[in-house]
Amino acid sequence: MSYADWLIQLAQTALVLGTAPLLSGVTRKIRARLLRRQGASVLQPYRDLLKLIRKEAVVAENASWLFRAAPYLIFATTWVAAALVPTFASGLPLGAVADIIVIVALLATARFLLALAGLDVGTSFGGLGSSREMLFASLAEPAMLMAVFTLSLFAGSTQLSSISAYMLGPGAGVNISLALALVALIIVSIGENARIPVDNPATHLELTMVHEAMILEYSGRHLAVMEAAAAVKLLLYLSLIACVFTPWGTAVAGAGALAYAAGLLAWAMKLALLAFLLVLFETAIAKMRVFRVPEFLGIALMLGLLGTILLFVSKVSR
Amino acid sequence: MSPLDSDIAHLLAGSMVLLSFLLLYQDRMFALLNVFAFHAFALAGSVAWQAYLQRAPHLFITALIALLFKGVIIPIALRRIVVRLGIHRSIETVVSIGPTMLFGIALVGLSIVVMLPVTQAEGPFVREDLAFALSVVLLGFLMMVTRRNAVSQVIGFMSLENGLVLAASGARGMPLVVEISVGFSVLIAFMVISIFLFRIRERFDTVDLQALDMSRGEAL
Repeated sequence: MSYADWLIQLAQTALVLGTAPLLSGVTRKIRARLLRRQGASVLQPYRDLLKLIRKEAVVAENASWLFRAAPYLIFATTWVAAALVPTFASGLPLGAVADIIVIVALLATARFLLALAGLDVGTSFGGLGSSREMLFASLAEPAMLMAVFTLSLFAGSTQLSSISAYMLGPGAGVNISLALALVALIIVSIGENARIPVDNPATHLELTMVHEAMILEYSGRHLAVMEAAAAVKLLLYLSLIACVFTPWGTAVAGAGALAYAAGLLAWAMKLALLAFLLVLFETAIAKMRVFRVPEFLGIALMLGLLGTILLFVSKVSR
Repeated sequence: MSPLDSDIAHLLAGSMVLLSFLLLYQDRMFALLNVFAFHAFALAGSVAWQAYLQRAPHLFITALIALLFKGVIIPIALRRIVVRLGIHRSIETVVSIGPTMLFGIALVGLSIVVMLPVTQAEGPFVREDLAFALSVVLLGFLMMVTRRNAVSQVIGFMSLENGLVLAASGARGMPLVVEISVGFSVLIAFMVISIFLFRIRERFDTVDLQALDMSRGEAL
């Protein structure tokens, strides 16, 4: 690995953190416009984060060290996971040591810590949120892994760079398993990012809260870090889908500065399109009852499983 | 045969399996009928693609039969029956959806495990088609087993028959006469079943088939 590659990796690590609030600002803006509201500026999430960082952090009396440490750990694991997904350039040096299964594991670690933090203070809301999160995770995680296995079986590798290179090559065609994996991944992303049919990020209604219930006790800089982690997670999932299913335009390692600029532009456009589609879906659909969510995520698991099974049939016909 | 050709055949046959799962999942009457229509469209597409690949023009007629009878006429007729029976609410299932889905996936796995080794002498197309067709047939059986409502059992039966046509289109040399007679026998079965539906409702005031068990003295 050359010096320049590491520079790209660093740039990408900074990029995912720097643009994550912008992405959530853009989704909020699109949503507001679709609802015929004016909406806040796309830069509002940055302002919110700055304001929260400056504010005093109020911590419950019976909170343990875990409550204080959890936000930073969650933020760190999510950020590292996001840095492993190729955004504008593939062939990242960190990607060579950490494949897509590591990304899933890092996100699972973050979720584990989040559930613990929700339980730590002992309020009923936190416990409720944690239990629901774990219920959903028990279906969302295997579904994500099944989709990952389908992709890996196709590409013969669990490295994201190799998968994306395979998708660019002649080997990948119109295949039902790929379509199933894509749908499974989209459903999992919606569930994991607490988007509308599963959870509403903009509400504090106790009947429906999942993610918000767990971070209800946080304030000040802790809340800022939690919010940033949530924004980075959304960026991660959208980049993952863009990187695997629309790999066009991504710069390969060692390409010139022009290729990198083109890759950056392509990535921004892909993300904007995905954000638009996500919000369009959100505005078109109503929030589900909590007890229907396992069914929704169960579909993702079923699709992932079916994709893997059908893959064996298509291997025969090649 | 180019990889794209086989990919499209795979896509169409695979989407039939997926639509069979949607049939299992769907618990509203009208949505079920719509999914069934899509199932027939996927069948018609799959058979037409086979006709193109095998240079077998008579398969185009099979595709047209599937499109017209199963994609248009039967769903519309069933819709009218459902409206006349006044059961356009929700369907009762004996087993809940989650276990049914898992069972369905096990059936798909089973049919692939069974079909692929058995048909090793055949070309890849036939093997793939037969594996998919067996899964569609088994999922149709599963649907008939898990549903209590007579109309959804009819749909399970029709989707099963779609699987049979898929199998027939993959195997070369199925004469057109056989296919047309199968198509018409399904249509007649459909008519007989729909007459029975009304008889059952007249007799028992419901189309829930558990009432029949009751009259035989099997249920408590």
